[in-house]
Amino acid sequence: MASRARPLDLAAPALAVLLLALVLAPVAAVAWRGAGLSLGPADWSAVRFSITQAFLSAVFSTVLAIPVARALARRRFPGRSLLITLMGAPFLLPAVVAVLGLLAVFGRSGALNSVLFALGLPPISIYGLHGVVLAHVFLNLPLATRMILQGWLAIPAERIRLAQSLGFGPSETFRHLEAPMLREVLPGAAMVILVICLTSFAVVITLGGGPKATTIELSIYQAVRFEFDLGRAATLAGLQLMIGGLAALAVWRLSRPADFGAGLDRDLPLRAPPGWRRAGDTLTLAAVTLFLTLPIVAVALRGLPGLADLPPSVLPAAGRSILVALVSALLATATAVAMSLASARGTRPMIETAATVPLATSGLVLGTGLFLLIQPFVPPQTLALPVTVLVNMALSLPYLYRILLPETRALQADYGRLADSLSLQGWSRLRWLVLPRLARPLGFGAGIAAALSMGDLGVIALFAGERQATLPLVISQLAGAYRMDAAASAALILVSLSFALFWAFDAGGRRAAA
Amino acid sequence: MHGFLHPRPIRRNMEKDMQKQLLAAGLLTLALPALAETPVLTVLTYDSFTSEWGPGPAVEKAFEETCACDLQFVPAGDGAALLARIQLEGAASDADVVLGLDTSLTAAATATQLFAPHGKNPTLNLPVEFADPNFLPFDWGWFAFVYDKTKLAEPPRSFEALAASDRKIVIQDPRSSTPGLGLLLWVKAAYGNRAEEIWTALSDNIVTVTPGWSEAYGLFLEGEADMVLSYTTSPAYHLIAESDDTKAAALFDEGHYMQIEVAGKLAATDQPDLADKFLDFMLTEAFQSAIPQTNWMFPVVTPSAGLPKGFDAFRPAKSLLLSPEEAQAARDPALAEWQAALAR
Repeated sequence: MASRARPLDLAAPALAVLLLALVLAPVAAVAWRGAGLSLGPADWSAVRFSITQAFLSAVFSTVLAIPVARALARRRFPGRSLLITLMGAPFLLPAVVAVLGLLAVFGRSGALNSVLFALGLPPISIYGLHGVVLAHVFLNLPLATRMILQGWLAIPAERIRLAQSLGFGPSETFRHLEAPMLREVLPGAAMVILVICLTSFAVVITLGGGPKATTIELSIYQAVRFEFDLGRAATLAGLQLMIGGLAALAVWRLSRPADFGAGLDRDLPLRAPPGWRRAGDTLTLAAVTLFLTLPIVAVALRGLPGLADLPPSVLPAAGRSILVALVSALLATATAVAMSLASARGTRPMIETAATVPLATSGLVLGTGLFLLIQPFVPPQTLALPVTVLVNMALSLPYLYRILLPETRALQADYGRLADSLSLQGWSRLRWLVLPRLARPLGFGAGIAAALSMGDLGVIALFAGERQATLPLVISQLAGAYRMDAAASAALILVSLSFALFWAFDAGGRRAAA
Repeated sequence: MHGFLHPRPIRRNMEKDMQKQLLAAGLLTLALPALAETPVLTVLTYDSFTSEWGPGPAVEKAFEETCACDLQFVPAGDGAALLARIQLEGAASDADVVLGLDTSLTAAATATQLFAPHGKNPTLNLPVEFADPNFLPFDWGWFAFVYDKTKLAEPPRSFEALAASDRKIVIQDPRSSTPGLGLLLWVKAAYGNRAEEIWTALSDNIVTVTPGWSEAYGLFLEGEADMVLSYTTSPAYHLIAESDDTKAAALFDEGHYMQIEVAGKLAATDQPDLADKFLDFMLTEAFQSAIPQTNWMFPVVTPSAGLPKGFDAFRPAKSLLLSPEEAQAARDPALAEWQAALAR
């Protein structure tokens, strides 16, 4: 540590505190309005079910992502770069749209059951715990793949060359290069996915098949909307945050830096082993491409016919959504850079926690709490867009932070002392060292943040005024007025715009890094 | 000394007078635009009422033509969210009128003591008796299972027949959706103590439970289920808006539970007269004629042009409705039964 205080050393903890306040103050406000903290007897089974489905979803998503990321890391083929970009798409689908896409493939009258029927085989049902996990894997496998692939690409060429000159076979390469990298990347990836799935709402109810699949978030709905028991809602929300916080702390203890040391940034892929491993990689990539693209194709086919008849109000709503997404992404990126740089300098459990718990936030309690905090001062609907920006920033920050952290750690380990000795500080350090070296994960992370923020993340409902509808709100209004075809088309527009934003940032980052 | 003392109070008075005049002039200039400003009536309602495709735009235009006021709708999610919103805001609410609660929520709404009596006794076109001192109905419908005639030739004629068949249904979660809660009360009103038994028998017919009406209806249209919980008027939407006459509502022998949607004036309103005017307007032709083809519910006052085609195509022989107090009392045990039966 340098002796004089850097602005970052103050900014990052301050940002972490603000972020924690943004997430915790609404819970406190809801608790304060409620009549004391309490839990019902059914709530513990909701907690159990939430953790079970989130755990299974995280394990399947990350474990299945390892072979996919490895195949992408060591194979070069036409369309590889396109495939990597396309893999961002499922993650960006609004939950309801993703469910409809999955049902077109796996549903009762979906493509898969049509094939099974033609073959004279019994139909399969997607409804139940397995369906919930399938949907979560569909949504999160791409994220896990990208995070792990990032890890593979960060193994310095010098290590790979050394391994090659030592005659490492695939198993030695795995033991000495890939396993340490996975040790660093996997816990974080699994934890992010676990916490995302913990709060998943529409996917779990719709595919869960009934009240067996009651999650914490659904219990919160019941507490707020059915019983108006704000104390219980706040307790449940607090519990959910606690589980998220514990997961973050566990990861912070579990993950170990791989310590590969610095390299000269030459692009050198791992040697691609021939033989059955080649066939295995091909098969893996083909299967995952099919799994991820079929539902998206279904969403596109469903939405295309209605595009011409879309109501004009879709256009301004799309404009508002893009604006919200860009501002949220900008704020989230700046905050995540500051926090991950500070975290890379030393152990900062508070920053680690602040960068994770927003994922475990209950959308309903966050919205309700902010409403309670704002309502005494201004009519909440006048602040609909600023609140949406702020909330989207907080909720997309954890992804960015998690994506940046391995890279900022490597950056600090490899260049920190050099930069310190050169007195490269402040803006010039950011300009000449940090931003260039972080370009690839920054582009990817900002893309994720922007695209996620297009989706509103479910908090705007309490604040929405008459004339500030964002695209997701227009979609739900269309669906609520029987206009399912128009809703499908507007959803296709939302998905396309999200993907375009994601692609622009991601490609920008990769170009800047190349 | 006296001579010197005298003028000072006068000067002080003069100063005071001048201050008063200045103050008055200032207040006047402040007050003038305030007087010129049209009064605002804020109506808190559910999303789909205010959307471009709901009754909101037509109602706003028609009311503003007569009221010399600015009618502002504030959307707040769905019916259940509306009640939670009122409870959150309490007496500090900016809203003057709340529009869109249904009779399964009115008892809880009354208990908040935030609503004022409307003092009206209109004759309404409802299939059951309904009068509430705080809430006036503006539309209503019968819950029903909607199906596709081309795929399902002989729909079940009761819950028991449905449970005995292998027909698949999608329903809404009563914890997050008003139709879902309506179904819970429907089974309770029809079967009383046998409700849990009926739910247990139905559990293998339920494909899934969705958070809201639109997800369930979407799943049905995508072919995920044979039938979906909706309204007897849903087929009329397809008939009128899409010229599609393949959708129908299954009529059940035990009768159909009703949803009566109501509006009420908040006691803390700063526009009590305007709020009363709005409630009166709500029962006039201009408001009521907008309802059928935007909200796809029955108006409480039949418009002079009559009901659109298809609205009377599926008319239940019997209407079921628990009183608000009964509904309130039945809610929690019915939910517990539902959860227990479906979790098995």
